[in-house]
Amino acid sequence: MLISNRVCAGFPSPAEDLGAQRIDLTQMLIVHAQATYFLRARGTSMEGVGIFDNDILVVDKAIKPRHNHIVVAVVDGDFTAKCLYQRAGRIKLRAANPTFADIVPKEGQTLEVWGVVTSSIKQFKV
Amino acid sequence: MYALVDGNNFYVSCERVFRPSLNGLPVCVLSNNDGCAISRSNEAKALGITMGAPWFKIKHLAETDGLVALSANFALYGDLSDRMMSLAAGLGPHQEIYSIDESFIDLSDVAGNLTERSHKIRSRILQWVGIPCGIGIGSTKTLAKLANHVAKSAERKPGSYPEQLAQVCNLAVLTPSELDAVFAATPVNEVWGIGRQISKQLIDGGVKTVLDLVRLDPAMVKRRWSVVLERTVRELQGINCVELEHSPQPKQEIACTRSFGHPVTELADLSEAVTEFASRAAQKLRKQSSLAGQVLCFIRTSPFRREEQYSRSVTIPLRRPSADTAIIVEAALTGLAAIYRRGFKLAKAGVMLLDLQPDTVQQQELALEDDGSHDRSRLMSTLDDLNQRYGRGTILLASAGLAGDRRAWSMKQERRTPGYTTCLDDLAVAHA
Repeated sequence: MLISNRVCAGFPSPAEDLGAQRIDLTQMLIVHAQATYFLRARGTSMEGVGIFDNDILVVDKAIKPRHNHIVVAVVDGDFTAKCLYQRAGRIKLRAANPTFADIVPKEGQTLEVWGVVTSSIKQFKV
Repeated sequence: MYALVDGNNFYVSCERVFRPSLNGLPVCVLSNNDGCAISRSNEAKALGITMGAPWFKIKHLAETDGLVALSANFALYGDLSDRMMSLAAGLGPHQEIYSIDESFIDLSDVAGNLTERSHKIRSRILQWVGIPCGIGIGSTKTLAKLANHVAKSAERKPGSYPEQLAQVCNLAVLTPSELDAVFAATPVNEVWGIGRQISKQLIDGGVKTVLDLVRLDPAMVKRRWSVVLERTVRELQGINCVELEHSPQPKQEIACTRSFGHPVTELADLSEAVTEFASRAAQKLRKQSSLAGQVLCFIRTSPFRREEQYSRSVTIPLRRPSADTAIIVEAALTGLAAIYRRGFKLAKAGVMLLDLQPDTVQQQELALEDDGSHDRSRLMSTLDDLNQRYGRGTILLASAGLAGDRRAWSMKQERRTPGYTTCLDDLAVAHA
């Protein structure tokens, strides 16, 4: 995706300084640098979408949350990572693990989405 | 035309980004060394906690009113400041970073509806970074600063000013009578550069509001008070006084930043600029008889050029508070080396001195270390050696300053929130 299709043979043209660039993870993972924060995932409620305990979540606060986005929401003052369900005027947070119940805001309560999860990073012990 | 973008209760707001449970609670952030409140949430202000209130005097409010006190987390504030500043830079091509939470933007060449544009930038900073801001617009810096005060007060205390001036206040679009009403509703001591002493003199002389002040004859003000106050009056009347000097009260932070005339790419050139900024900041620091505890250094590309963007900042804590140019420059350069990356056309760099305290606090220590940085480091290692050999505190007994430092340090550990954005082991937790 970041590599130009053209392959230069022979002497490189001095005008072609936009050649192939090494893939830069930061650039891939972070679209809005000022709005992107990392959080640590704890728990098993999102295993269905591949978020496991101890993963690093890349959270972009600039993205407008929509139906089915994985979001970090504020529930009772704590951060929770869940799928956002937003259909027919109803909003709730759903786990990606059938053993967890949905989080439904009570009457008059608003659900605060803090940011949208764009990636999850798992690091292995080496 | 200038805009002043200023984060509300900045340090507290930074803490709340990662601890939403603090929303709605009285929160204050304490300075590391003397235990004074240096940032207060609106709820804490409502409890009557004043700026600089000593912790031991407000401590009881933790029991009675649920006051939460935190030690300053400058690494976090530095990072969020950098994010906020680079979004604020989108308002106009020239930005002067005045302190960790305030920057002036020159709007002279900016077309369109400035109020609308400011509202957009303000909500972007709130949404993207998580920091609420006030934006004030005026034809001079003093007026922009005043407008900022109006924008914040109108939001915090409904009824103090017309509702539509909340969050973003553009004094330049008000009618003369609306402007007079704003001036009349603002006490004279809210004007930038008017310290406690002058404001007392003014009030004694019947000049109670900004309206009273702006109606004075500048020539008379110069005769009766000073050139500085004369310039303030002229600025309030909309006349730019470029060489305006504002130094009545010691500042909370000292910033020295600049946009480069040409893009800078080489570390050597950047080092030169950062050395100059750090030296100038250190000079300002000594001028107001303060010491700095932390040095923030940042570099960034121009948001107005269509090329790959790069923006990084780093906060370096000093081993102990200092006003020594050599030490401050060294810290700034260490920080620069850590954030510099080859290949970017950098448009701006800056140094900010944070965690300031009066230099009187450390006098005993200064006498010990007054001679050159090399001697100082040898002295430090001797101290460390002695304490290691004969047990902790052997040397500390001789110096009250050091003992105070140790107490402050232990409190710092207790009340400081993690480095949410600067340390991988400190990330905020999302329950999944």
